[in-house]
Amino acid sequence: MEAASKVIHAIYNDDDILMSAVKKVKAAKHHIEEIYCPFPVHGLDKAMGLAPTRLAITAFLYGCVGLTVAVVMMNFIMIEDWPQDIGGKPSFSYIENMPAFVPIMFELTVFFAAHLMVITFYLRSRMWPFKKAENPDPRTTDDHFLMEIAIHDNEADLTNLLKETGAVEINIVEKDEDAH
Amino acid sequence: MEYKISNRLKIASIILVVLGGLLWGYGYMKSHAVTEDNISEYLVNEHGDGHGNEHADAGHGDTHSQVAGYADADHAEDGHKMSHEEHALHQIHNRPYAALYVAAFFFFMIALGVLAFYAIQYAAQAGWSPVLFRVMEGITAYVLPGGILVLLVAAFAGKHLFIWMDADVVAHDKIIQAKEGWLNTPWFFIRGAIFLAGWSLYRYFSRKFSIAQDSAEDNSNFKKNFRISAGFLVFYIYTESMMSWDWIMSVDPHWFSTLFGWYVFASMFVSGITVIALITIYLKSKGLLEFVNDSHLHDLAKFMFGISIFWTYLWFSQFMLIWYSNIPEEVVYFVARIEDYKLPFFGMVAMNFLFPLLLLMNSDYKRIPWFVVMAGIVILCGHYLDVFNMIMPATVSERWFIGAPEIGAICFFAGLFLFIVFTALSKAPLLAKGNPFIKESEHFHY
Repeated sequence: MEAASKVIHAIYNDDDILMSAVKKVKAAKHHIEEIYCPFPVHGLDKAMGLAPTRLAITAFLYGCVGLTVAVVMMNFIMIEDWPQDIGGKPSFSYIENMPAFVPIMFELTVFFAAHLMVITFYLRSRMWPFKKAENPDPRTTDDHFLMEIAIHDNEADLTNLLKETGAVEINIVEKDEDAH
Repeated sequence: MEYKISNRLKIASIILVVLGGLLWGYGYMKSHAVTEDNISEYLVNEHGDGHGNEHADAGHGDTHSQVAGYADADHAEDGHKMSHEEHALHQIHNRPYAALYVAAFFFFMIALGVLAFYAIQYAAQAGWSPVLFRVMEGITAYVLPGGILVLLVAAFAGKHLFIWMDADVVAHDKIIQAKEGWLNTPWFFIRGAIFLAGWSLYRYFSRKFSIAQDSAEDNSNFKKNFRISAGFLVFYIYTESMMSWDWIMSVDPHWFSTLFGWYVFASMFVSGITVIALITIYLKSKGLLEFVNDSHLHDLAKFMFGISIFWTYLWFSQFMLIWYSNIPEEVVYFVARIEDYKLPFFGMVAMNFLFPLLLLMNSDYKRIPWFVVMAGIVILCGHYLDVFNMIMPATVSERWFIGAPEIGAICFFAGLFLFIVFTALSKAPLLAKGNPFIKESEHFHY
């Protein structure tokens, strides 16, 4: 599909109307580029047919990394490098002194899983400080919902379809690809 | 949806009871065949195995003979003025009683855990769970008979389980003497009766209001249930703690732990939730619970997962605090378990923590019935072992084995549990249709 130069912006003012509009647009086999909402709309991802997130899987793997870091670190420091007798704790092998390390193992697992997952989320959703906001219409952060569909020589067709779905406003916008 | 207990289930539970009774009886006869007259001979045989060729005598379990080898050292420093033979004889005789008690308590705690869960659902006005209320009510039917059985077993076993019930021991034991204000036989049973009365009264009224709500015009029965559930939860958390001191911790009257009540609670709570899930899956597979969808299953599995981790948290908190400070009078509890119960003690942590952690972490797996059943069976076995690890070291010490008396007792109480629970399930429609949250619950979707 060639990059569309023109997009249509259909604006809704109710999430239920938006949901049924998404279903109608999907049924008419149009590709929805993006939907901008002021708040999460339950079930919107399913209606749009978006693939489920794999963020939880990355978190699990990051947690495994954190656990490994904790075990390797404490095994080296407390058992291999300087196995000192501290208050009679058995520093002969890792397993013998393991209960004392569990709080650290747990915390590092959680720390790695949580922070690396958040950073992954930022990277994947391209969010960082001083990032230029990609908001086509400021009202979508307040009380309006906006559906963006690319136009491929079917402007009249799409406009009619979107009008039927209950859009309160339909705009044709020249899309400047360099904007973000 | 009406449910009728099937004949097959009825016969199966009766077979379990009879078979369990016979197995346990066999275990009892076998252990009581060892008497003061032949104990020396018995121990010589046992020791011969331990020091010599361990596998020569198939008649005794390996575990017995191996641990008996280093048992002597422990006994040398035994506080009571008792010969080694006498001590060993006590342990051998205690085993069938302890086996019976562990199984009786295990099945009772499932029912009590479900009762607590049920009360929480009412008090929290949960919107997802009312479709499961009748399943929970069915399981809690076991609270009263099961609790009475635990007390009967305690009365029947007496000093075989609770050495503080033995006047001779107490006469020579200053520590127990100091605790006599709490730990004395009449008080023990009076307290037990009070706990049971409170729990079963709540169960009786809550069930009554729940049934009455089905045909009621307004929500007054529901409101009553809400109020008594909140009251019950307060009563429960006090009595559950005391019950765990009485019924479990007092088998080791020299030892104490402050978070023990919570620990036992976590164990009963997760076993109870697991049994709700298993019975729900069973009834659904019979086509009797169409209104239960996989989101309900998902929620139950989430609870199984979360409370398993909660249990582990308490288990570890208790273990690690005592291990770390290593104060002799506290640490003997874990020394005894790690020396003689290595496999059940650490095996149970794997079954109750690692297994559910890895199996039930994935959101999709929590919706697959056979996955939940598999995890549930491991969790239940793990929590049986948990109770086993709490009772056995104090009563039979290194002479433990999971043999005829243990398996017999499990079968006996399992049969009884199934019979009572499924009979109770067939006494009311499986959908609590008068509950004000029932519509929400039927359309619950996660």
